[in-house]
Amino acid sequence: MLDFVIRRLTVLAATLLVAALIIFLVMEVLPGDPAEVMLGLNAQPDTLAALRAQMGLDRPAPERFAVWVLAFLSGDLGISYTYDVPVAELIGERMGVTLPLALMAILLSTLIALPSGVLSATFRGRPADTVIMGIAQLGVAVPNFWFAILLILLFAVSLGWTSAGGFPGYEDGILPALGALLLPAIALALPQAAILARVTRSAVIDVLGEDYIRTARAKGLSGGVVLWRHAVRNALAAPLTIMGLQFSFLLAGTVIIENVFYLPGLGRLIFQAIAQRDLIVVKDIVVLLVGLVITVNFIVDMLYAWADPRLRQGDNNV
Amino acid sequence: MSDIRSIAAVRPRPGFSHRATHHPGFVIGGIITLVVLLTAALALVWTPYPVTSLNIAEKLRPFSAEHLLGTDHFGRDILSMLMVGAGNSVLVGLVAVGLGVGLGSPLGLYCAMRPGLISEAVMRASDLAFAFPALLTAVMITAIYGPGTINSIIAIGIFNIPVFARLTRGVSLSVWKMEYVTAARAIGVPSLQIARRHMLPNIASPLIVQATIQFALAILAEAGLSYLGLGTQPPQPSWGKMLHEAQTMLYFAPMLAILPGACIAVTVLGLNLLGDGLRDLLDPKLRHAAKPRNT
Amino acid sequence: MKTKLFAAAFLAAGLGMSGQAAAKDGLTLGIGLEPPHLDPTAGAAAAIDEVVYQNVFEGLTRIGPDGSVLPGLAAEWDVSDDGLTYSFKLRDGVTFHDGTAFDSADVLFSINRAMAEDSTNAQKGLFEPIATVAAPDAATVTIALKRPTGHFLFNLGWGDVVMVAPESADTNKTAPVGTGPFTFDRWSKGSEIRLKRNDAYWGDAAKLAKVSFKIMPDAASSAAALMSGDIDVFPNFGAPELLEQFRADPRFEVVVGTTEGETILSMNHANKALSDIRVRRAIAHAVDRQAIIDGAMFGSGTTIGSHFAPHHPAYVDLTGMYPHDVAKAKALLAEAGYASGLKLRLTLPPPSYARRGGEVIAAQLATVGIETEIIPVEWAQWLKQVFKTTDYDLTIVSHTEPFDIGIYARDSYYFNYKSERFNKVYAELTEAVDPAKRKALIGQAQTVLAEDSVNGFLFELAQNGVWKKGIKGLWANRPIQANDVTGAYWE
Repeated sequence: MLDFVIRRLTVLAATLLVAALIIFLVMEVLPGDPAEVMLGLNAQPDTLAALRAQMGLDRPAPERFAVWVLAFLSGDLGISYTYDVPVAELIGERMGVTLPLALMAILLSTLIALPSGVLSATFRGRPADTVIMGIAQLGVAVPNFWFAILLILLFAVSLGWTSAGGFPGYEDGILPALGALLLPAIALALPQAAILARVTRSAVIDVLGEDYIRTARAKGLSGGVVLWRHAVRNALAAPLTIMGLQFSFLLAGTVIIENVFYLPGLGRLIFQAIAQRDLIVVKDIVVLLVGLVITVNFIVDMLYAWADPRLRQGDNNV
Repeated sequence: MSDIRSIAAVRPRPGFSHRATHHPGFVIGGIITLVVLLTAALALVWTPYPVTSLNIAEKLRPFSAEHLLGTDHFGRDILSMLMVGAGNSVLVGLVAVGLGVGLGSPLGLYCAMRPGLISEAVMRASDLAFAFPALLTAVMITAIYGPGTINSIIAIGIFNIPVFARLTRGVSLSVWKMEYVTAARAIGVPSLQIARRHMLPNIASPLIVQATIQFALAILAEAGLSYLGLGTQPPQPSWGKMLHEAQTMLYFAPMLAILPGACIAVTVLGLNLLGDGLRDLLDPKLRHAAKPRNT
Repeated sequence: MKTKLFAAAFLAAGLGMSGQAAAKDGLTLGIGLEPPHLDPTAGAAAAIDEVVYQNVFEGLTRIGPDGSVLPGLAAEWDVSDDGLTYSFKLRDGVTFHDGTAFDSADVLFSINRAMAEDSTNAQKGLFEPIATVAAPDAATVTIALKRPTGHFLFNLGWGDVVMVAPESADTNKTAPVGTGPFTFDRWSKGSEIRLKRNDAYWGDAAKLAKVSFKIMPDAASSAAALMSGDIDVFPNFGAPELLEQFRADPRFEVVVGTTEGETILSMNHANKALSDIRVRRAIAHAVDRQAIIDGAMFGSGTTIGSHFAPHHPAYVDLTGMYPHDVAKAKALLAEAGYASGLKLRLTLPPPSYARRGGEVIAAQLATVGIETEIIPVEWAQWLKQVFKTTDYDLTIVSHTEPFDIGIYARDSYYFNYKSERFNKVYAELTEAVDPAKRKALIGQAQTVLAEDSVNGFLFELAQNGVWKKGIKGLWANRPIQANDVTGAYWE
């Protein structure tokens, strides 16, 4: 097992380094000079040169890459070109929006998906199942940004109950802040819930077909006890895995939802950073997100390997 | 949007006829897909109004006999724009999936048949590609090479390559190890011939199913990019862009936002139903063949 | 009805988004762009001035709501007869927000810092005419110029020339320390910047205790924020299509003012076709300005016929020189040898006047046989491709600096326009002091640009302010890019 973990960890580190290199190279070819963007229309050449030197943009590319990676490893994410504050601080601040948003979305989608998935499985083939799975089919098809606009249309435009976007910050208390995240979280949660409900349904159906469930039934245990004590518990592995995998993608998926609701989160930060050529912010966030995805995948792999020793030997890419 | 559809496939129900005509999801999905394809084809040759000429005097008209679905803020006919938008979506979907199948599948097949350093590298690269949040990367790609239909197709299509490479490799590996293939290899049948005669027929079904799903995902991704202003550019209409433009006009012209979004949702729904239906019809055992893929 | 109200109250409370009535000594303004930092002497972004100009930082002079020059930190001044020496008398008892005193040494420091070799001041041109700065005593500053400069006192009122202290200059980007009636409170990146009243202000204290600038980059959510009461005032509302709903709402008033933003279809004279005056005139005839205002700006804006603001006293109405005339445009194109058509690139920066206006213009140009390829770009690319390397054919941009007709006399400005005639008029203008003569020359300058059809002159941007009823003392117009809230109060 230890050997396996070390091997996988090496791969993990190598993957991250290659990812960092790719991101760095991609940023290199991005047209537009951050110094120019910062100074605007009437920038004088000497001012520009001064600023470029100050930002270290006049150094050769390999040197900048090495400086960036080493600093990153030591926890120093650099200084944002446009905001002139440490990137780590900026990311931390934005995480204060994105993280609760993603967590709320996960929570909401779980609350919706698990019961409906189980319900659907128990009433398999009956009208309730058809309706729930129909809604799930629709939920997967509806683009979350359109759903977001529909929510705005209903709650902000027609009813005037909520504002159509923006974030009040945490100074006025945690409730208004979380309140502002509710509609976006719903918009994010819907497609997730649809997927999760379908996974839950098929997992529960699979488990219900297993021998031990049939035995339990044969023993005369009531349907409810069998369902909740045995089937659902054993079926939870699949949806939980999916949720783990989805979380990192959900973080990235907030790019578009944060743009719809104008939330000052990580997604908007990276979108703006690309537009403003705040390259260091773009690089750091993408590496962090990629790192997160790789790490979550790694953890899932580890858990599977721990559960099923056969996987440690062979190829588990299929 | 994420996609775990492949895992969460609707299971064929007991006693349920496998004949296509009796599969409601397949029938509905097929009809929707057909309508979208036909509309896209029709828009190539005819639309009620030209979509590139503006008529500002006629702007923001409601539904009427002249303009069935009204006009937008430039006085363009919404129905015509939606029709051309369908063409745009179909184009993006076809090319993006074509890119994935065309490049990914041969790679996957090669990796299955010729394990070694190159295959290992290809598979590692595809692992790496999976680690990049696709939408974010598409945003970066379009930011670098400029927004536009072609660049967004490439940005979306690139991520289809590892999807199809993995799928093809996975399915091919199992076929490759089957006895009759092993036997063919033992008697020295050339690899290409084995690939053509034994592998391709076996991997065709999962590829078709996956292609349908990736098609839907590509349409969603293009709509997202266009919504962010990075996809299709004016004067070419696209559903995502129409949605983007409509957002400031929600207060007085909500239909401008509702219609294009509904088009996206219905098209994606149709393709998903078709994909699920095909999966059921072609081979129920394929449920686990496809790997989840996010955008 | 009752249940609906109850439900609404419940949901609003639950969602926590209900608009609270703003306290009457606080004001929340919406601004479209977030400033990159808060030091107006180290960046060109107008968003910096929109927050700190006059509120946090003050200069020797300041610009009034009507564009006039008013005393700032200099209470009075004398100008020598030859117009080369300015002597400023500084105000007494002025302190920076950190408690340090403001005196002539700070003026020297501020100006020398801006003029230094390694300065990152974005408007070094403002300081270029300065020969020397001296401080005979703590309350006096004399500035000697290299040559008479008509606009010098106005220039000193720009945000780029505000006074900073040596102790705090390096940290002004994140913690601005000025002399103004408001002090910096806090900045939540991506969401809002808060100021609070400076109780130690040298002049009349501000009536507002707290001012918050909320960053609202998108029109739809700005509108919603106004509706829900999260924002009291949006001084420069970006989406004219949303104004009607505020006009109809008794809680708001829509204040239409002027800006200095000449929105033009810039043409690259280095392009072979566009170097031909007949092609440029054909484009002028092909473009229907009113249709652009109606279609892209929902009726907001004033047509212009040259690069000059219509509210300026020296404005000459040249909008009739190239009436919308498709046949004439086609004839001119044919004469220039482009009867079979012409293909041009149209590079569009992000603002909606450019993106939407570009769509309208592309359609209009298509009617006379000019095919355009629309290339949307971010500001970063626009600066590089259009402004710097002039790799473009046509672009749409609003030139928002006040009295900026002089850009047409610049050698390597991005239009690549070279005209002896215009340069001569402009050279005369910079030396002229007699008001009547100045006015005549400004008129001539406008006419030359229109006759040469240098660019497609489209419209002057309007400043569409949405104000909650009861707020007074804000600026309706925008003579410089700033939101001066020093005189604002609730009725």
